[in-house]
Amino acid sequence: MQARELVVPATSTISPLSMLRKSDPLTDTRMTVSMGPQHPSTHGVLRLELVLDGETVVKAIPDIGYLHTGMEKTMEKEKWQQVVTITCRMDYLNSMGNDLGYCLAVEKLMGVEVPERAKVVRVLLTELNRIASHLVWFGTHAMDIGAMTAFFYAFTHREKILDLFECATGARFHQSYFVIGGARWDVPDNFIPLCQEFLDGFPSLLAEAKKLVTGNKIFQTRTKGVGYISKEDALDWALSGPTIRGSGVNWDIRKTEPYSGYETYDFDVPVYDGGDVWSRYLVRMDEFHESWKICCQALERLRTIGGSVKSDHPKLKLPERDLMKQHIDVMIHHFLLASEGFTVPVGEVYQSIESARGEIAYYIVSDGSERPYRVRVRTPSYVNLAALPAMVEGSLIADVVAVIGSIDIVLGDVDR
Amino acid sequence: MSESIEQTQTHSSRYVDASLVRTKFADTIEEIIEAIGEITLVVKREGLVELMTFLRDEPSLKFNYLSDIGGVDLGEFAEPRFAVAYQLYSLEHNHRLRVKVFLSEDDANLPTMWNVWKASNWLEREIYDMFGVNFEGHPDQRRILMPADYEGHPLRKDFPMKGY
Repeated sequence: MQARELVVPATSTISPLSMLRKSDPLTDTRMTVSMGPQHPSTHGVLRLELVLDGETVVKAIPDIGYLHTGMEKTMEKEKWQQVVTITCRMDYLNSMGNDLGYCLAVEKLMGVEVPERAKVVRVLLTELNRIASHLVWFGTHAMDIGAMTAFFYAFTHREKILDLFECATGARFHQSYFVIGGARWDVPDNFIPLCQEFLDGFPSLLAEAKKLVTGNKIFQTRTKGVGYISKEDALDWALSGPTIRGSGVNWDIRKTEPYSGYETYDFDVPVYDGGDVWSRYLVRMDEFHESWKICCQALERLRTIGGSVKSDHPKLKLPERDLMKQHIDVMIHHFLLASEGFTVPVGEVYQSIESARGEIAYYIVSDGSERPYRVRVRTPSYVNLAALPAMVEGSLIADVVAVIGSIDIVLGDVDR
Repeated sequence: MSESIEQTQTHSSRYVDASLVRTKFADTIEEIIEAIGEITLVVKREGLVELMTFLRDEPSLKFNYLSDIGGVDLGEFAEPRFAVAYQLYSLEHNHRLRVKVFLSEDDANLPTMWNVWKASNWLEREIYDMFGVNFEGHPDQRRILMPADYEGHPLRKDFPMKGY
């Protein structure tokens, strides 16, 4: 296709730095510092332009896009079933949740109901992933503030969860395990005792972690009253997940718009109304326990609920080998499914779920072909990061690091 | 289309009763679509800010949360070419609504929602970056994911996959 001439408006070339610079450098006491993109505590490749007056942050301008790889564009060329290999690479710490959101959206568009066992497997692995993601946050957040040891505790236990993923899915990080219509395959027999072993040992880690960091006087001083955002502002900025629950908003999509049978599990939504880094820390620390509770219930159900983990929908399930040898039409069906994929009815859908960071939502437009016409992903890190200037402006430069840690961004999720 | 809203109320409580806005904003709302349990208001650009402010403030609707703004390019030769979909959510009533605006390529301008929800800031910047839709009155309309000197808008359908 021939490249078309596209005009970029002149405003896009104005640097925010030049807008802020005063004319007379002798009277201007402000200084502009570029924090990142290689700064160790920006959790990836986030760059912040900080305008400082002494140690106080006057203005903070996040500069993102260093990790932008055009995933939404790439999804338009993949088949419906292949998109899960991209979604899990967006928020790489919570890949199960990303896959789940996409699969639920397409299933809603197709009107497919997944089997009961698939729902249990999905809930169990998503909650394990939430624990793993929160462990990374716990380790790095404490390390940013200066508590080095917590990092080793957190990563030792995260390693065990990654081993569980390897056992169940064959991959530790980018699992692509959930597919449209259920899960790729059933979990192996040795998964259940391994998972039980991890869940039995987890409460003691949690107690240790709480002793190590929660009661730490320095940690408390560094986080209490820092990075404040009020309930009204949190709603206005559309924060979600633990970040909004730390501002006193009781909203968890697992409770308000349940999916995958979350309404049948017994768990609480921790809410703290401090609106500061400390409150967001407490929310996530309590979420460890709630996720652990859900995992225990799901594992119990996994033992009792049998059946397939894949839907019987003819578009989603490959035909049996024996039938293929007997009937030519079954053979053709198999060939078409494997080579061309399946089609999804024309329409649009908006499906949101609660990931470890907040509301991850997929707005999918289908034109009835075997590829999605448009996949728009509303990622929680992107929207939460937009409110960072509102949280840090007026505070000290050392607190910026604490606030970035407390909104728990993943740059893969921000830039996509 | 008007009958479908009453039907929705019976089988799903999560989606909103749109009859309130239908009479009040008869000039702005072009169509009300209900499909797979989701309600879409197709609206005109004129009066969009008033409609959104009403949706946010009306006690029985109370859409105080702008969940997402998504852009769609309907194709190089389509007229209108772009669709911009606002996904609204109400924490108080736990219901959702999609407001959709169609734009032609020659006149791809929309009023900003900055004064209604602050969350619109980065979401609108992304649509400007990816589709080239201009948001009038936006406080800081710059590219956000692509470099500032980049040419072209990557999510347009005539933008090649390999880039320019």
